[in-house]
Amino acid sequence: MINALLINLSDNVAVVTEQIQKGGRICFMCGTEERTITAAETIPVFHKTALRDIEKGHEVYKYGCRIGIATSDIRQGEHVHCHNVRSPDARIDS
Amino acid sequence: MKTFLGYKRPDGRTGVRNMVLVLPTNMCASDTAALIASKVPGAVSFHNQVGCSQVPSDMQYALDMMAGFAANPNVYGTVVIGLGCETCQADMVVEEIRKRTCKPLEVFVIQQMGGIVNTVSAAAEAVSRMVKDAALCVREACSVDELLLGTECGGSDPTSGIAANPTIGALSDKLVADGGSVILSETTELVGAEDILSARAADENVRNRIYTIISRYEDHFLRNGEDVRYGNPTPGNKEGGLTTLEEKSLGCIHKGGSSTINAVYDYGKQIPCDMKGLVIMDTPGNDASSIAGMLAGGAQLVVFSTGRGTPLGSPIAPVIKLTGNRYTARTLSDMLDFDASSALTGEKSIDVLGDELYELVLEVCSGCRTKAEILGFTETAVMRACNYV
Repeated sequence: MINALLINLSDNVAVVTEQIQKGGRICFMCGTEERTITAAETIPVFHKTALRDIEKGHEVYKYGCRIGIATSDIRQGEHVHCHNVRSPDARIDS
Repeated sequence: MKTFLGYKRPDGRTGVRNMVLVLPTNMCASDTAALIASKVPGAVSFHNQVGCSQVPSDMQYALDMMAGFAANPNVYGTVVIGLGCETCQADMVVEEIRKRTCKPLEVFVIQQMGGIVNTVSAAAEAVSRMVKDAALCVREACSVDELLLGTECGGSDPTSGIAANPTIGALSDKLVADGGSVILSETTELVGAEDILSARAADENVRNRIYTIISRYEDHFLRNGEDVRYGNPTPGNKEGGLTTLEEKSLGCIHKGGSSTINAVYDYGKQIPCDMKGLVIMDTPGNDASSIAGMLAGGAQLVVFSTGRGTPLGSPIAPVIKLTGNRYTARTLSDMLDFDASSALTGEKSIDVLGDELYELVLEVCSGCRTKAEILGFTETAVMRACNYV
């Protein structure tokens, strides 16, 4: 059962289409191939999860574009949001 | 080559509808224009909220919208209705229309005609003649490279950025690949995405223009003590899963697909027939006024994504509305034309949905009516010098 969306093949995050509890399966299509990872924590509906480990200072990609910079190490299956990502725009102090 | 059945106009453009437009030059002429249009099936009009008591920069937006509507290829001909004492004088509107098109045009000014009843009587006769002539136009096969598609989003929810807008983006890329043209609008949504967009600019001039329209927009707000960059994403956006301004803007600009950006146009300016591919128009986020700007630019139709559902239509063009929200698609089916929610369940890929939306676009261009057309919705607004968000 597909419950997450990988928008661009180069993205390192996916958007979940239903709330997923810690330990739950996050299942998404990567091209024509179905892939599954495990939720490391609860991911609210329409929020993002890391598809692979993202080191602190590395870029977060969605839509094939850079949407932010990781402010801490993010593990696969973790929730990716304001607590661990900041805008790449230096003008914004978030 | 993909085709649709359209109307060839004497000015070289191709329409997907065959309207006679009763065009009020200002608010005070709007009810008279509506009365005239109601007398003749086949005529359309709208309530014009602008056209008087305007400073020159504001008035230019109104003039461009009016001239652009008359020149829009969906319009066979126009009957201009002026009051007589307004800022946007009927002869100024006519002059602007004539700069853009050679199509049939007549003018009536209420204060010169001796009142509303006389104006309605004379203008309805002129409209009748125009409708009769317009009926002789027949649809013929036209290549999709003659299409100029406007894109818009409004009443967005978390599904807009991940299902509906990417579906429009897939359509945009396909239409551009087939030689057609697409307008990416809503400068509001470009804030934060300027570096990403400018990297796709065709040349240095386009690159500079992208930065110019965004900083112009931000400066306008800053002068009024507002900061659009720092307020976004909003707390509601964050709750919905959006983390950064870049992410929010990307969800919106995805409507334009991934093509090279060939030009940037100011609000309501006419986009030349030979300008192909993806272009940007500087429009506000307000849906009705953004759509009016693109139609004034010459777009024959608009594809509009919504999460919450919006009834918006246009007097002169089909507005195809789609949603990525399955609940909205089911409960608001009388205002939505396309359901893109299967992207979220993995039932269909964005690419497949883009193909299906493309098919719907060609059907609508050939005469199939949208939900907003069936209900006769004509919401129209114009950008103001004191800007909409």
